[in-house]
Amino acid sequence: MTVEKLKEAVRKILPEVDVVIGYRQGFDPLHATPFFMTKPEQVDQLIWNPLCVQNLCSYLPFLKGKVGVIVKGCDSRAIVQYMQEKLIARENVKVIGVPCLRVISVKKVMAAINQQSVQEVTFEGENILVKTPEGQKTIPLADVAPRKCATCQLATPLQYDLLAGDAIQSNRPQDTFEETKEFEKLPLKERRAYWEKEFDRCIRCYACRNVCPMCICQDKCIAESRDPHWTSQRANVTEKSMFHMIHGLHLAGRCISCEECERVCPMDIPVAKIKKKISMDLKELFNYEAGMNPDDTPPLYTFKIEEATIKEHEL
Amino acid sequence: MSYVAGKELRIVGFLCNWCSYGGADTAGVGRFKQPTDLRIIRVPCSGRVNPLFVVKALLNGADGVLVSGCHPRDCHYSDGNFYARRRLEMLKRLLPFLGIDERRFHYTWVSASEGARWKNVVTDFTKAIHELGPFHQKEEKTE
Repeated sequence: MTVEKLKEAVRKILPEVDVVIGYRQGFDPLHATPFFMTKPEQVDQLIWNPLCVQNLCSYLPFLKGKVGVIVKGCDSRAIVQYMQEKLIARENVKVIGVPCLRVISVKKVMAAINQQSVQEVTFEGENILVKTPEGQKTIPLADVAPRKCATCQLATPLQYDLLAGDAIQSNRPQDTFEETKEFEKLPLKERRAYWEKEFDRCIRCYACRNVCPMCICQDKCIAESRDPHWTSQRANVTEKSMFHMIHGLHLAGRCISCEECERVCPMDIPVAKIKKKISMDLKELFNYEAGMNPDDTPPLYTFKIEEATIKEHEL
Repeated sequence: MSYVAGKELRIVGFLCNWCSYGGADTAGVGRFKQPTDLRIIRVPCSGRVNPLFVVKALLNGADGVLVSGCHPRDCHYSDGNFYARRRLEMLKRLLPFLGIDERRFHYTWVSASEGARWKNVVTDFTKAIHELGPFHQKEEKTE
């Protein structure tokens, strides 16, 4: 069992570090929540299952001292990106890697069980069994997995000091940005109307920013600053769009496509779509993917004197 | 003089202090006839232009945005425009995704001696924006 191996790994690392971040059960059986372990007796509460969706690396730039953290393949890109940007000292972080092939989207499960309250959740092979007052429902994991899992390339983390389990390979197809390309085929007017409709729902709760592993200046975010005054408190679509553009453009070349922003959005705004588009362009222009190699430089932090891929625009 | 008499549009131009602003000055000194829709904002370098400046201008009432700097290799700060080129190219590709016509944003390089070229850039860009028409409808500007 992976969870036993994880507990063993955490117990092994705990004396060397101040805290180990993992998961435990949240307010109901369908929710996992981040768990900060400082004492060995806490380790028994640790859980590991496809409900452990959060990217725990997001805490790292804000924590002092030595920290242990449980990391999935997709989360490990955050560690690599932090190393590139020198936001963490790798020697102060003990990474417990855990092989993972699929997590689940709680929103999709809730939709499948008609938003009933959850009494019990069990996992059997490739299925999730959810018990509600209406009875038990069996749902295949693949049907309720978030979008990112369909194109997962990192079943085993890129960076780890200890691996709980055996290294595995994912056999999923690579992301070809089909959805983004499909959207670009829509007429210009429809695209503008689409974003106006989507952004108009935004309540500016900033959950997408707060959860973002790469939003490291969120304590002095320009979206909330009065000087400079980038956005005002007006509740119109212009200000809302502006906030999403700030988030999107500050992540250009840094977004690790964890899609946490979309997961936490209470209004179901497809905020990751913009970031995906930028990632696609930067891959085309500079053949770069964020969070893959600690020795890379983000493409917008560097330049070439002759840019083979950028042509001058004529009027 | 507006490009179309009585129907001036709002075009914002971010010009680098060392080349393009000088180029615009040269065009003025040379008494070239230019449309007046462009409102110039002088910046130290095209590398100072945050892509968010362009987005903010477009979202808040501009009909077009022009960014102009020194020719690549000619930057006063030696590499500012190289960074600008990457950022602005990314932005140019992003705008149509959001439903903003990419022709509303243009970036180019004009040196201080190129008064005639500056005149052409302004005239052609203003013409292109007038062909596209106003970006914002009157009622959209209010809350």
